Amino acid sequence: MADSPRVLTAPHVLEYPYTRSVGPILGRFFGGLRDRRIFGIGARDGRVIVPPQEFDPLTAEALDEFVEVGSAGVVTTWAWVREPRTHQPLTHAFAWALIRLDGADTAMLHAVDAGDESAMRTGMRVTARWRDETQGDIHDIVCFDPEIATTAGGGH
Amino acid sequence: MSDDVTTISTPIRLDYTYTAGVAASRFLTSVAEGRLIGQRCPQCAKVYIPPRGGCPTCGVATEEEVQVADRGTVTTFCIVNIPFPGQAIRPPFVAASVLLDGADIAIFHLLQEVDVADARMGMRVEAVWAPRDEWQPSMESIRYFRPTGEPDAAYDTYKEHL
Repeated sequence: MADSPRVLTAPHVLEYPYTRSVGPILGRFFGGLRDRRIFGIGARDGRVIVPPQEFDPLTAEALDEFVEVGSAGVVTTWAWVREPRTHQPLTHAFAWALIRLDGADTAMLHAVDAGDESAMRTGMRVTARWRDETQGDIHDIVCFDPEIATTAGGGH
Repeated sequence: MSDDVTTISTPIRLDYTYTAGVAASRFLTSVAEGRLIGQRCPQCAKVYIPPRGGCPTCGVATEEEVQVADRGTVTTFCIVNIPFPGQAIRPPFVAASVLLDGADIAIFHLLQEVDVADARMGMRVEAVWAPRDEWQPSMESIRYFRPTGEPDAAYDTYKEHL
């Protein structure tokens, strides 16, 4: 062949419509989200684990003592996403963050809609933004919003 | 307290870009022209289709292009009875390995115009092409294969290609 080889490309999409059985403990967690309430579970050493786990991470005992926690909390660490991918929680830049909700001793992964990376910091307070019509899954929390400061900022 | 949730939907989607490579691109381009082009190994003389640019047995590049027929022999097959999401064809249907005349490796395609109970090894089949204006660089240019009505091929003619 005299002409240069032409190499074809095409989109190739794999899609799996999984349904997952959540079990009794996460079942309560997701049921709570439908009511705009967040449930953790009390571990044997008194810590509150959110999202709840079926077994104590230290003693492996089965856990069943649900504890309601707040829908606001503190960012313990975060990573900025400049270009969100399809099906991520937000279509514009956001932060993945570990959030320790008020009353919880562990942090939960969710998105923070901070607008700009410069607005993110470890230790900032955030509040859950609920979906209009909750359905009983993690997307009932659209994302977390930074709590509006009660005092004026530095003005720069 | 509301009822506990028992199941959640957790769809997973992976977006790939498939790159065919030089040899398979030549093949797909020829399909869009209504031809089936394989490549012959310079050492063992086996004809591979779709071609991959090399012989996996001899480990050498394959360059010689060979046109193979759009008819051949069913070497093995599977009757699909189970429906699944995204399925384009209503089960039951037959998916068959077809050894095209002139090729040394079977291609996988749909077998139609046949009662699934009649599908068998050795059955002679031919391609049913899409209308010419729908030909594209894709195996979907061939709608399916159907029986030719010829006598079955003898087992010895395809036993090396199973």
